[in-house]
Amino acid sequence: MSLDMVDLLTNAMLGIIVAATPYMLAATGELVVERSGVLNLGVEGMMIVGAVTSYIVAFSTGSLVLGVLVGILAGAFLSLCFAFWTQTLLTNQVATGLAVTLAGIGIAGLAGRNFVGTTISPIPQLYIPYLSDIPLIGKVLFGLDPIAYFSFILIFLVIWFLWKTRAGLILRAVGDSHDSAHALGYPVVKIRYMAILFGGACAGLAGTYLTLVHTAFWAPGMTAQRGWTALALVVFASWLPWRVVLGAYLFGTVGYMQLFSQGMGVPIPSQFLSSLPYLMTIVVLVLISRDQFRAKANTPASLGKVFKPDL
Amino acid sequence: MTALLEVKSISKAFGDFYANSDISMKIMPGEIHALLGENGAGKSTLVKMMYGVLRPTAGEFHWNGQPIVMTGPAFARELGIGMVFQHFSLFEALTVGENVALSLPKDLAMSDVNQKVREVSENYGLPLDPDRAVHSLSVGERQRIEIVRCLLQDPKLLIMDEPTSVLTPQEADRLFETLEQLSSEGCSILYISHKLDEVRRLCNTATILRHGELVASCDPSKETPRSLAEMMVGTKISSVSKADEVTGDEKVRFSTSNLTVPAEDPLGTDLKAINMSVRSGEILGIAGVAGNGQDELFNALSGEVLANGSDAVVIDGVAVGKQGINQRRKLSAAFIPEERNGHAAVGDLSLSRNALLSTHATSPNQRRGLIDDGALRGYVDEVVKHFDVRASKDNANAASLSGGNLQKFAVGREMLREPGVLIVSQPTWGVDAGAAAVIRQALLDLASRGAAIVMISQDLEEIFEVSDSIAVISEGTLSEARPAKDITVEEVGLLMGGITGEGGDHVHAA
Repeated sequence: MSLDMVDLLTNAMLGIIVAATPYMLAATGELVVERSGVLNLGVEGMMIVGAVTSYIVAFSTGSLVLGVLVGILAGAFLSLCFAFWTQTLLTNQVATGLAVTLAGIGIAGLAGRNFVGTTISPIPQLYIPYLSDIPLIGKVLFGLDPIAYFSFILIFLVIWFLWKTRAGLILRAVGDSHDSAHALGYPVVKIRYMAILFGGACAGLAGTYLTLVHTAFWAPGMTAQRGWTALALVVFASWLPWRVVLGAYLFGTVGYMQLFSQGMGVPIPSQFLSSLPYLMTIVVLVLISRDQFRAKANTPASLGKVFKPDL
Repeated sequence: MTALLEVKSISKAFGDFYANSDISMKIMPGEIHALLGENGAGKSTLVKMMYGVLRPTAGEFHWNGQPIVMTGPAFARELGIGMVFQHFSLFEALTVGENVALSLPKDLAMSDVNQKVREVSENYGLPLDPDRAVHSLSVGERQRIEIVRCLLQDPKLLIMDEPTSVLTPQEADRLFETLEQLSSEGCSILYISHKLDEVRRLCNTATILRHGELVASCDPSKETPRSLAEMMVGTKISSVSKADEVTGDEKVRFSTSNLTVPAEDPLGTDLKAINMSVRSGEILGIAGVAGNGQDELFNALSGEVLANGSDAVVIDGVAVGKQGINQRRKLSAAFIPEERNGHAAVGDLSLSRNALLSTHATSPNQRRGLIDDGALRGYVDEVVKHFDVRASKDNANAASLSGGNLQKFAVGREMLREPGVLIVSQPTWGVDAGAAAVIRQALLDLASRGAAIVMISQDLEEIFEVSDSIAVISEGTLSEARPAKDITVEEVGLLMGGITGEGGDHVHAA
């Protein structure tokens, strides 16, 4: 293999990881939310608010760490609003989620209007000495940015939490039947608040990744429907975390191929490639609904239903 | 002797309506205590307060002589109160072991929980595999989970809400043995049931509620089912009278041939080559344990799900297998599904709108495509009058009616059309004795006027009371129909268990 090919492949793999990480973060958070029986369609809004706030803070203070923290908090704050409306005021989850997305996009556009056209230096890669010098896989496995590493740690933590801890069992139980969980004396609303906050924080971090790692600038609407794709990914994964990894990297690959082929002048219309992730989502949704048995065994049965205990 | 649980002047109000008023009763250690009453008499409300799910408006509980305040189910479990709900509070996507673990207070390792489940299920003869997912289990097995998880908490008082309504006679017998074993070990049991034979056989004491008030306490073994039922209802109950036998000369009004339908729900049951024929004046009773294809059968007979071929379903000589529910209604068929709230009726709509939903294709309740409210209200008034439907106000919302009254409405709405073919599922499920007698008599009267009726029911008493012929559905297969006078309860029970049994862990009496 020539040196050029090695470089090309390494770059491709790095590009795919950068494209896949936001999907993975946002979808992991939403998976936990949906496992608790709540459908939060506000992912796109929480992501973009995370993106703009982290950029503003990082640009103004020069501190990337502070930027990341504020991005996470901003996503969590928006999800807290969602939780208050849907869990305390018992509003419809679909309508509230859409409102969160619309509001998030609007707020982000307003807050970021003076920062359009500026740039920052992005979060640097962590090069692990010696290991990152291994040809081909060295940079891919040992030369990533900290958030990409964290996205994998997060997936393992979520798998461990959901299937190995009692708290995870309770969360899955609440998502399966909130009435039964309530009858057993579990605080359904409190558990859902916490799941929603976690989901918001993850979406905020996913947005942060876009501005502080992926692009290093802010542009209005830059989440480009990634939040919606993350929502579809949770269904694609049939609510199983390891499949979220699979899906995120699949979508990430398509996203990268689109940029790559444009750059290389491959004669495929870019509009077709841009639409590929969405076409894939539709195909996957159709495939899933055809195989109802598998979908049902894992689908949280009280997903999206309003819980109102009778006292 | 101090009572284990003493209920002192408990009342519970929902707004202006008193579901329980001034109820006092004592549950002694080791006794099996029956709680009886019509639907809406307040039994469920009372036990929910005992279990801490609802808070009383007034009154107090004493536990072993000490006054206590029930703060919630967790506190009730701490005291040693276990409850098996009528509608199970299980998590379908989780395993048996996980379901049990969720109700245990301490953080036990999953393997320990599974071990405990095995121990208890062996000790009490309740076979269960802790690793199976609940959605793959039969109703009887699910109930065993509920019981096992109560037993693991070492209960002093076990509350059971209509435990046998979903069991075969053999399964029920085994449950009674378990309960008697528990009682002999000193555990008290509060037993809610509509089946008065059971209560007489099993219980030492009975407390009877009517309209939220305590009306009588008695020793059920010294009463007859009829006297118990009359205490519950407060009036004399007319007995159901069967019409003359159907002769083979009557014409067949409804039949299916090789009706085969794959289940829509992945956890449902496929229907396999169902054959039946029902003559004018005949009531065919279809017995079976819940979840053996009854829902799928009803949907296929009503046309909610289309059949495999046009000839698979025939109404009065017309092949309708590929036609929907309205075409079948136009051929004078009527359908009453099992689930009254959400299937037979829409809870948030008024009774007159609900009447329109099932009659719009067949009756003149509309003018030039617009709803004729006057005619509809007249129709509803007729139903209300004939079937004694009691609602809080005129033309109330369906959801505001009690279960029994909504069922009378759902039955009456179809009966009033004087159908030639009636398919009805669980006509008296969860309905009190008085209302059940009215509904069953209406079915018999309709048949005597020449209709063909298919009645799917899990209540064997009911099957034997009204059917001319009986068939059993088991795992999607329908047994050959036999004349009711030639078949015994035991034979039906064995057919209900099926040849292959459920989950393979059954010891059949055969």
